[in-house]
Amino acid sequence: MAFAEIDVKYVAHLARLALTPEEEKSLGAQLGSILGYIEKLRELDVSGVEPTAHAVPMVNVTRADEIRPSLSHEEALRNAPRQANGLFIVPKIVE
Amino acid sequence: MLNQLTISELTAKLARREVSAREAMQACLDQIARVDGKIHAFISHDADDALAQADAADKELSNGGRTARCLLGVPIAIKDVLAVKNQPLNCASKILGNYISPYDATVIEKLKAAGAIVFGRLNMDEFAMGSSTENSAFGLTRNPWDITRIPGGSSGGSAAAVAADECIASLGSDTGGSIRQPAALCGCVGLKPTYGRISRYGLVAFASSLDQIGPFTKDVRDAATLLGVMSGVDPRDSTSVPQPVPNYVAALDGNVKGLKLGLPKEYMIGGLDAEVKAAVDAAVKQYEKLGAEIVEISLPHTDYAVATYYIIATAEASANLARFDGIRYGARVDGNDPIELYSKTRGAGFGAEVKRRIILGTYVLSSGYHDAYYLQAQKVRTLIRNDFLKAFEKVDAIVTPTTPTAAFKAGEKSGDPLQMYLSDIFTISCNLAGICGVSVPCGFTQSPKLPIGLQLLGKPFGEESLLKIAHAYEQATPWHLEKAGL
Repeated sequence: MAFAEIDVKYVAHLARLALTPEEEKSLGAQLGSILGYIEKLRELDVSGVEPTAHAVPMVNVTRADEIRPSLSHEEALRNAPRQANGLFIVPKIVE
Repeated sequence: MLNQLTISELTAKLARREVSAREAMQACLDQIARVDGKIHAFISHDADDALAQADAADKELSNGGRTARCLLGVPIAIKDVLAVKNQPLNCASKILGNYISPYDATVIEKLKAAGAIVFGRLNMDEFAMGSSTENSAFGLTRNPWDITRIPGGSSGGSAAAVAADECIASLGSDTGGSIRQPAALCGCVGLKPTYGRISRYGLVAFASSLDQIGPFTKDVRDAATLLGVMSGVDPRDSTSVPQPVPNYVAALDGNVKGLKLGLPKEYMIGGLDAEVKAAVDAAVKQYEKLGAEIVEISLPHTDYAVATYYIIATAEASANLARFDGIRYGARVDGNDPIELYSKTRGAGFGAEVKRRIILGTYVLSSGYHDAYYLQAQKVRTLIRNDFLKAFEKVDAIVTPTTPTAAFKAGEKSGDPLQMYLSDIFTISCNLAGICGVSVPCGFTQSPKLPIGLQLLGKPFGEESLLKIAHAYEQATPWHLEKAGL
């Protein structure tokens, strides 16, 4: 069975992942063979089968909406690549 | 040598004050100094901090304190995917830069509360993606039994450190076999608990519906001890399950008389190495000798497990790894706008296997392909889970090889991702089905001498029975006592 050709450039954009031209080429070939293998799942008739998202069926695990202790401002910013005035610094988003 | 002891042996000696926690910790540090240049199980370790923890344990021991602290003074090393407060956390990736954890994972809190000396950052495949620990940005880890070979993965450092007696026990994580497979290839005990048994809070997520934390130990009793310490519901992980935590150690009575063990006929595949098959056959005979009944069973969807796994795991990974964007933590490569910053940061920070899986996962979730791949895989996952639940109506545990072959050579499969994925064939279904599994040593290949692992799979939340069955075999055989000649 023929398998889908991945448009690596487009998918990399969706994933926000910069790839070199060499990476695009080798990923295209490798993913083609992996997808070819994955195609075998289509052999199976799954009509009427419910999907499993989690092996343990638990739903609506909630907690009381109360203020709880959390990381301090300083701790939360400690690993930031760039920060000033207690804020994360990012490139300009709006002119 | 103190570093060779099990948890139960060391805690007995500490309680009698025959040895100190500092001596035990120092013995591990000396072994690291002696062998880690060859093995490279550790990315880093803080010897001063470890010894300070040992001194604190000794102080408590000399005050007669051993109340409920069952790990007091026991050195336990940690895979680089778990948060330990004020220690580095890299997931063996460049993208986390100089990240220092601001908090403890729940399992780390629990180990510390039980008195353990928590030390070291153990090497792994980047973001736990791999089966050989070759995908680390911090270099290869070597198999202590043959340093030209891989230790397995992704928790290769955790397995190698225990096998090389660089620690008393270690922690790893298992998404598709990342505890059981390296445990088998390095000759130690590796336990993947049932999904939901142990809180994942503070475990960096790879595939959230499959990930589970578990121990690497020198015998089954130690695995039972650590499971007891780490298990239980946690309000910070809504997928942890409020099931009572039994006394796993007390269940180890050596008695398997009348228990039924299932042999899945689908696991006798073509690629199964003859020596591995012979060792597993011998283990099955041993169980018969111990009074267990062997039953042939069928897991008809086995052949679809690898494909199902590589859709679900990569889809979840592509979503989970979106958080590594260079904004709030980790390394950053600047760009003119946020999108360029994200793309460049991620392009420079992630290694080849992680990129491959992000692209595959993004693709199978993308518009037009979601139903054909992701939803289809989730439905096949139901079929795989039902295979196991049906089998467990007839048997108490399932017996298989952990891996199709013993440890392969470094570089042997790294050029062919699909071949590497297929080496996980026996371990992957366990995560998809959400059951528990353990690998125990069951023999060696002849030349070179490499460990072989026996995998036992148990019912959801059936760890008590699973470990009892594993322990009975272990105590009737000599394999777990053998040491790598380093």
